[in-house]
Amino acid sequence: MQTITNVTGRGLPLRGNDIDTDRIMPARFLRAITFEGLEQHLFEDDRKTTRHPFDDPRYAGARVLVVSSNFGCGSSREHAPQALQRWGITVIVGESFAEIFFGNSFMIGLPCVTASSEEIRRLQDLIERSPETELRIDLAAGTCVAGDVRALVSMPANARDAFMKGTWDTTGLLLDRYEEVDATSARLPYVAGF
Amino acid sequence: MGKTLLQKVWDLHTVRQLPTGQTQLFIGLHLVHEVTTPQAFDELRAHGWKVARPDRTFATTDHIIPTRELSRPFLDVMAEDMLASLERNVRDFGIRFAGIGDDRQGIVHVIGPELGLTQPGMTIACGDSHTSTHGAFGAVAFGIGTSQVRDVLASQCLAMEPLKVRRIRVTGRLAPGVYAKDVVLTIIQRLGVRGGTGYAYEYAGDAIERMSMDERMTICNMSIEGGARVGYVNPDETTFTYVEGRPFAPSGDAFDRAKIWWRSIASDPDAAYDDDVEIRAEELTPVVTWGVNPGQSIGIDGKVPTPDSAGADRQAVRDALDYMGLHPGQPIAGMKVDVAFIGSCTNSRLSDLREAARIIRGRHVAASVKALVVPGSVAVSRAAEQEGLADAFRSAGFEWRGAGCSMCLGMNPDKLEGNQVCAASSNRNFKGRQGSPTGRTLLMSPAMVAAAAVAGEVVDVRTLVN
Repeated sequence: MQTITNVTGRGLPLRGNDIDTDRIMPARFLRAITFEGLEQHLFEDDRKTTRHPFDDPRYAGARVLVVSSNFGCGSSREHAPQALQRWGITVIVGESFAEIFFGNSFMIGLPCVTASSEEIRRLQDLIERSPETELRIDLAAGTCVAGDVRALVSMPANARDAFMKGTWDTTGLLLDRYEEVDATSARLPYVAGF
Repeated sequence: MGKTLLQKVWDLHTVRQLPTGQTQLFIGLHLVHEVTTPQAFDELRAHGWKVARPDRTFATTDHIIPTRELSRPFLDVMAEDMLASLERNVRDFGIRFAGIGDDRQGIVHVIGPELGLTQPGMTIACGDSHTSTHGAFGAVAFGIGTSQVRDVLASQCLAMEPLKVRRIRVTGRLAPGVYAKDVVLTIIQRLGVRGGTGYAYEYAGDAIERMSMDERMTICNMSIEGGARVGYVNPDETTFTYVEGRPFAPSGDAFDRAKIWWRSIASDPDAAYDDDVEIRAEELTPVVTWGVNPGQSIGIDGKVPTPDSAGADRQAVRDALDYMGLHPGQPIAGMKVDVAFIGSCTNSRLSDLREAARIIRGRHVAASVKALVVPGSVAVSRAAEQEGLADAFRSAGFEWRGAGCSMCLGMNPDKLEGNQVCAASSNRNFKGRQGSPTGRTLLMSPAMVAAAAVAGEVVDVRTLVN
């Protein structure tokens, strides 16, 4: 399985707290039985009504999305991180993430790391000023280095280790030693029929 | 030191610690719907996996189905494909399914409890963030994404990180015209939309203990709007009375034994909490959201904030007021509404419809308002028809629809148009949530929606309650 220890790429700054998954991927695009092509509809409604960084040619080809706090709140739709990943985003740096969004991103190998609000602002300012700047996120060192900015970034230790060891695809682990699952469930009164 | 319900249920369902440090948690009930599962079933096929526990899995359809015309194929080709895909998947993998035409069909978070599938002490997962609803029964229930749906289908387990527990005690009595919806909107407003991240919310206190299961479901349902993936209420006699006699509930001696176990998994009196908060019920008024997230709300007597209000996130307030077309400092009462929507997994149960019907008796929907009532399930719909609620709504000028998610989210024919303002009993007022990129949502209780439908504007339902 693929390991993820560091990511290098240009950035895309997306300011604003509490950006929900309905905005990232409006519900009407969930009416499809695959995730293919979802990236074409990222922030589609926001992009119709505002000048949006995802339309800014200076950020074309960016790999590092830099967001504010509580990114990905609301609906549990995995379509949101799926679309970001398919667009080309390989790591998200933010002040904080909604829990389900963080988990969904983890499941598809898209690390979400946090930094202080001041460092997020410095990164967003830097990218807006010099979009060609390369950002380097090192999960082991817990750093995001870009130009003269050296931000400390973190993620829960278990998630970080799973990315670095390549064990973030959980299904295989859950199917191992399945007799233990049967034993646990058989002890549950409601499974045993009370 | 005692334990919380969360700790007890978590420990009982722990299979082992995974090499990743995560907990392998057994899932007692997996609820499946059409929108978040097709890709998961495809992955099972690609790997040659079976559904590990079809006996602990139950499917229905709710998000994409029309609420007016159910003949097949649907006019919306994509919706038709989606439902056909679910029908194929439940057949191929041997999963129980309440599809169209089945008396048990409805919103997944309405039918789970109704059928007795939802029981205290279970772990419950579903590819939908409002799975927290089932916590009303003393279950540990949470929303998951499609890759986790794949994991549960294949293994009936999830790899999880532990949660902290915040107890929220609601004490005292609610005034007439103030409902469970107002309680949860107040909690979200006070603790913030990010406040619950990393926590399970335990709702306690005498006001919660007096609540019906429907009311407790409304509160647990919106835990996720406060950032908490899990919300629960300790099971008690109200819970047991609700569960008894339901199709999938234990019966006879098994029910008596079940009650003993269900009591045992409630939080101990000396349990330690990571945080403890009290809300005084008598301080609450009917609540309305004015902005673009469920934490942006005020009492019906209040005025919308200005960007300079104390504690305001200036940019967020400016942005929300601009989107909503509101002036800083404007009273929320009197805001004109174009659409009134009573429905969704938050507020589409029989008691919700009864409360709304009390308001509209002898009154009529304003000429400028399109109003619809969408029962949460076929069972709710039938019961409401039998006791005359459907007729009451129709004669007051409401459209009476079939069961489904409807106008809560823009995935089926029920949508806002342009920048319509909708008084909604649903759970999210996000930009574009109701299907129009510029549509505007005001969240409130079903009774408040009924009042707004009649008045054509946001009004204080307390002036209409007898």
